[in-house]
Amino acid sequence: MSELQGRRLHKVVDYVYHNVPFYRNKMQQMGIEPDDILTIEDITKLPFTTKQDLRDNYPFGLQAAPPSEIVRIHASSGTTGNPTIVGYTRKDIGVWSECMARCLTAYGITRKDTFSVSYGYGLFTGGLGAHYGVENLGATVVPASTGNTEKHLKLIRDLGITGIACTPSYALHLAETMDKMGIKKEDIKLRVGAFGAEPWTDNMRKEIEERLGLDGYNLYGLSEIMGPSVSYECEEKHGSHINEDHFFPEIINPETLEPVPMGQHGELVFTTLTKEGMPVLRYRTRDLCSLMPGTCPCGRTNVRMTPIMGRSDDMLIIRGINVFPSQVESVILSTKEFEPQYHLVVDRVDNLDRLTVMVEVRDEYLTDVLPDLAKLEQMLAEKLKNVLSIRAKIKLMPKGSIERSQGKSKRVTDNRVLK
Amino acid sequence: MNIKQLSVFIENKSGALLRVFELLKEANIQLVATTIADTMDYGICRIICNEPQRAYDMLKEAGVSVALNDVFAVELDNRPGSAADAISLFAKEGIDLTYLYTFLFQGKGILIFRTNDRPRAQEIIEANGLRDVTL
Repeated sequence: MSELQGRRLHKVVDYVYHNVPFYRNKMQQMGIEPDDILTIEDITKLPFTTKQDLRDNYPFGLQAAPPSEIVRIHASSGTTGNPTIVGYTRKDIGVWSECMARCLTAYGITRKDTFSVSYGYGLFTGGLGAHYGVENLGATVVPASTGNTEKHLKLIRDLGITGIACTPSYALHLAETMDKMGIKKEDIKLRVGAFGAEPWTDNMRKEIEERLGLDGYNLYGLSEIMGPSVSYECEEKHGSHINEDHFFPEIINPETLEPVPMGQHGELVFTTLTKEGMPVLRYRTRDLCSLMPGTCPCGRTNVRMTPIMGRSDDMLIIRGINVFPSQVESVILSTKEFEPQYHLVVDRVDNLDRLTVMVEVRDEYLTDVLPDLAKLEQMLAEKLKNVLSIRAKIKLMPKGSIERSQGKSKRVTDNRVLK
Repeated sequence: MNIKQLSVFIENKSGALLRVFELLKEANIQLVATTIADTMDYGICRIICNEPQRAYDMLKEAGVSVALNDVFAVELDNRPGSAADAISLFAKEGIDLTYLYTFLFQGKGILIFRTNDRPRAQEIIEANGLRDVTL
C-alpha cells in the first residue's frame, strides 16, 4: 500500500507543481521540487492547504485540470459570500463512485438492494455523491433527497427500500414520523443505514438501530477532498476504514503542525492521491480524531480513523451543513437594521438541528408595529439563507442584551446533546 | 390629536418588564395606560405617561430599547356603542388601523389608535368633531 501511495503522491505533486501556481509558489518558497517527494514518508516536507487557501483562490485558483475536463462542480458555503468551489473531472467522478461503492459493499449492500439517498441533492456533495455510488454498485437508487418525510416513508414501506443514506438526526426524525403515521419497524424492510455529514455517537446509533430496525454505519467525507466516501465503517462498527489508496490521512498537532505518533489524537489531514480536478496537498480538515493501529477483524487492511471528537476551529455542523459564526457576522454587519452583535444557539428539536440567531434591533428601526418587526426577522432570515444555505430562526433582542466580552467573545451556545 | 406613546421592546424574560416600570418609578413618572403586544419571543410594551419625552430620554439613557411614536387619542362618549361609532368613521373611509386600545382617564373613555394614513385620519377627526384628549 505505502509503495502505491508513494508513487501516487509523487505523481500528484508533480502534477500540481506544473498546473497550480499556488502550489508551485509554495514549494519554490520552501525549496522543494517534485523529485524530492518520492515515497509516502516524504509527505511531511509538503506545505499544508487550509480552507482559507481555498477561499483566497476562489473560484478556480486551485483547479489543476483545464475547464474543458471538468464535468461537475460542487460548492460548500463560504464566509464572505464566496463558497468553496470544487471541480471534478470524469475520472474523479469515477473514483468517487468507486470509493462510495466500497463503502456500500462494506455495509452489506448489493445490487439486489433498493437504496434511498436522503442527503440533499444539489451543490452539497452528499446527495449526488452517494447516488453515483449506489448506481455504480448496481443497486436501485431512490433519489429521495431531504424534506417531505411522510411521502418518503410511504416509499420506504411500499417499495421495500432496504438501505438509506442520510444524516443521523434525519434518521431519528424518520423514526418519529413513523410513530406519528403509525408505521412500525416491522412494516418496513430497511436493514442498512449509512449515516454521516454530522457527528454522532454510539448511543444515537443504538437508538436509530432499535427504532428503524436496521444496522447503522458511519460514512465520512468532505467536499474539499471528495464528498461522502472518504471513510466508512465495516461490520465491526469500530472505526472507519479510509480509502487510503485515494485519500492519504495524517494526524497532526494543530498547534505545532507536527505529525503525532500513530494512535494519538490530533487534527486529521488529507492529501488526495489520484484527483485530477482539484487535488489538494495536506488539507487541514479541522476535524479532531486519531488513526487506529492494528488490523481490523473484518480482514480489510486499510487504516481506520476513530469517530470525530471535535473541531480545531469554531465551525458548526448544522443539518450536515458547515456553518461558521463569521458567516453570520458578515451578514449582520452588512445589515443596517441591526446592532453589530449576535449570538448563535444551536439545539435539536424533534431530532432536527435548529439554528437560532439572536440579534439586537437598532433604535432607529425599532417600531411598535409587530408585523414590521416580523418583516425584519424575515429579511434577515432570507439573507442568512442565501449565505448559509440553511434557514435560521431569528430572535430579536433588546439593545444591550447580548453579552459583549473583551477579545474573543463567546458567540455560540451549542445545546445539542449527543447522547 | 396626536399624543406621544413610548414603545419599549421587552425580552421574554422574567424581570424584564419590571425593570422598565422600576426605572419609571425612580424617575417619578406616572403611567396613564399601558398595553403589551406579545409574541413568542418578545413583547412591545406601549406606554402612555405624563412626561413622555423625559421618560424616553431617561429609558434610552438607561440602555432600554425604546421608541417614541405619535398615536391618535380621542375621547369617547360615555354610552354603549361609542367606540364602534368612532371606529366606523375610519372604516367607512377605508383607513386601516394598525392597532388600538381604550382606557378610562379621569372618568372619560379614551381611544388610542395608530394608522399609516395619518393626514386623512386627522381630517376625519376634525370633520366629525371627535374630541381631542389632553393628558
